[in-house]
Amino acid sequence: MTNSAITADRPRGAPFRLRQAIARRVPVAVVVAAIIVVWYAAALLMNAALVRDAFEREETTYTVSELVAGTLNAERPLVAAPHQVIAEFADLVFGYPPDSPRSLVYHGAITLAATCLGFALGAAFGILLAVLIVHVRTLEKSLLPWIICSQMVPILAVAPIVIVVLGAIGLRGLVPKSIISAYLCFFPVAIGMVKGLSSPDPIERDLMRTWSATRAQVFWKLRCPSSVPFLFASLKVAISISLIGAIVGELPTGAQAGLGARLLAGTYYGQTLQIWAALLAAAIMAATLVGIVGAAERWTLRRMGARP
Amino acid sequence: MSFERAGFLVAAVMALGALALPLGGGTDLAAHPALLAAISLAAVACVGAAMLPHGAALLGLIGAALCCKVTLVLLADPGVEGHAGAGFWSLVLAAWLAAALAVTRMTTLRPRRKALRRLNDAAIPLLFGAFVIYLWEAAVRGFGVPSVLTPAPSATAARFAASLPVLGEDFVQTFVRGVLSGYAIGCGAGFLVAVVAHRFDFLARGVLPLGNFVSALPIVGIAPIMVMWFGFDWPSKTAVVAVVTFFPMLVNALAGFSAAGAMERDLMRSYAAGPAQTLIKLHLPAALPFVFNALKINSTLALIGAIVAEFFGTPTLGIGFRISTEVGRMALDMVWAEIALSAIAGMAFYGAVALAERATTFWHPSLRSSLG
Repeated sequence: MTNSAITADRPRGAPFRLRQAIARRVPVAVVVAAIIVVWYAAALLMNAALVRDAFEREETTYTVSELVAGTLNAERPLVAAPHQVIAEFADLVFGYPPDSPRSLVYHGAITLAATCLGFALGAAFGILLAVLIVHVRTLEKSLLPWIICSQMVPILAVAPIVIVVLGAIGLRGLVPKSIISAYLCFFPVAIGMVKGLSSPDPIERDLMRTWSATRAQVFWKLRCPSSVPFLFASLKVAISISLIGAIVGELPTGAQAGLGARLLAGTYYGQTLQIWAALLAAAIMAATLVGIVGAAERWTLRRMGARP
Repeated sequence: MSFERAGFLVAAVMALGALALPLGGGTDLAAHPALLAAISLAAVACVGAAMLPHGAALLGLIGAALCCKVTLVLLADPGVEGHAGAGFWSLVLAAWLAAALAVTRMTTLRPRRKALRRLNDAAIPLLFGAFVIYLWEAAVRGFGVPSVLTPAPSATAARFAASLPVLGEDFVQTFVRGVLSGYAIGCGAGFLVAVVAHRFDFLARGVLPLGNFVSALPIVGIAPIMVMWFGFDWPSKTAVVAVVTFFPMLVNALAGFSAAGAMERDLMRSYAAGPAQTLIKLHLPAALPFVFNALKINSTLALIGAIVAEFFGTPTLGIGFRISTEVGRMALDMVWAEIALSAIAGMAFYGAVALAERATTFWHPSLRSSLG
């Protein structure tokens, strides 16, 4: 059945779908608006004392409107107002050439490189582990519990060691960060793929047996295709975790560059807006990366014949 | 099982090889009759494992354990430590081969008594872990790896035992004050918001996509802001943990509340059950598996969140603080002791949640099969 046949089955056309999409978005928009209102209110309340002190130190008289304007535009606010964050973000992204160490694009690119390398390493390692576990029963029983335990070890505790040990054998910069993010993101891939590779029903495996399929054939023709939905579900989790790993990996290095380093530098020098801008950049990056994996998922599933 | 038999025989030959090959550092086995006897016994056990398929697992483990013991005793000799020779590695390989084959054998065992079966299932990962630690110890001390790179597990254990008071203080600061309080606040708040959102469909449709979106963001990044708001001490860690654990709980609990089918909901309606009754008798139990899923995810996230927050400022206490200062002083045995502490705490935490899940959702199919 082709796509057009499916849509032809539905009596209601584009206007209905549009209305449905709007109905889906309205609640989200309302909640987002409420959050922004609360945010502004918090900025007003929490920065008020700060601004009032500043006025009183200079012994100038001030009106309520001046106070309000001050709270929303404070240079080092406790709570940065949304418009301040966006202005700072735009300034840091567009205000400097991309290779300047003040530009967020420069720092974002460094974190992005570590994220992507870590994601590739972690996903490959996770898939490899899952393939081994599915085929070797001893490993399933002996290794799987330790894989779960490995995630109980807080990665940040291990991160300094990874950096010291790899630094001793001459690896610095990108690789240690990627390994930290790989350590975090191999886990969902391994668990998801173990589930996916063992998802074919016994009846399907029996069918392969009646065709006297070899282990390799069962793997490539049955296990692999049926694991693809599981793979993408875990890849989406993994890519967002590997970004966390890359950011966290930048903290103990005292790294000079990267979004994590921006967070750290912002704390040291009390640059609140810089912290918020780096957070916004990280959020945008996470959303984009998850979106890309989601698009790859839709494309692959369509190529494999899944119906929308 | 000829492959297994050949493997055990090779292990026996390798154990005996230690008698012929140099141990390193000019150490002579003839001076240690006890070790000679142990090696011969290990070889006999391995040959026995090859001959008696029924006792293969037990005999193989005995052979492996004897080989391990001999190598560990040899490592105490300053001539061997750091200069281990071919004979020493032959023993280590024999232990590895015998242990691997014995554990492989154990995975095929299905003892008829339930208690024995459970013991067998628990022993396999434990033996695996113990053996990895043994290999680590043998490799680090046999090759003489400098302790600046990796301390031997025995050194870490000694440091752990020697600095219990410091570890205890760090544990209380990071885990009890920071993680547990934040975990309770974050999970509780997430659950309550989910209950409210479940009651008002409009809110649920607004909150769910947002919660899913935020769950994918690197929320730990708010740590510096929380440190700014709540100061260096544990309240800022609590706040980070609370925010980090809030969203997974919200999303999972909401998914759980919609897990009850239309038929069950209709049944509740036909009983004229009010919203509160439906929530308590139908939706809460149906949501429990999802809630526990979130609790498990959060148990790891919470520890990460607390330790990340300690990087942005802390009083001179806490697991994260200790790790960063001790790495600076190159005292890696203390760092590994802290890692072991956090790993034990994390596993105990996860285990407690899993036990609670088993006790409260025993009816769920995923658990029923393992109990039956």
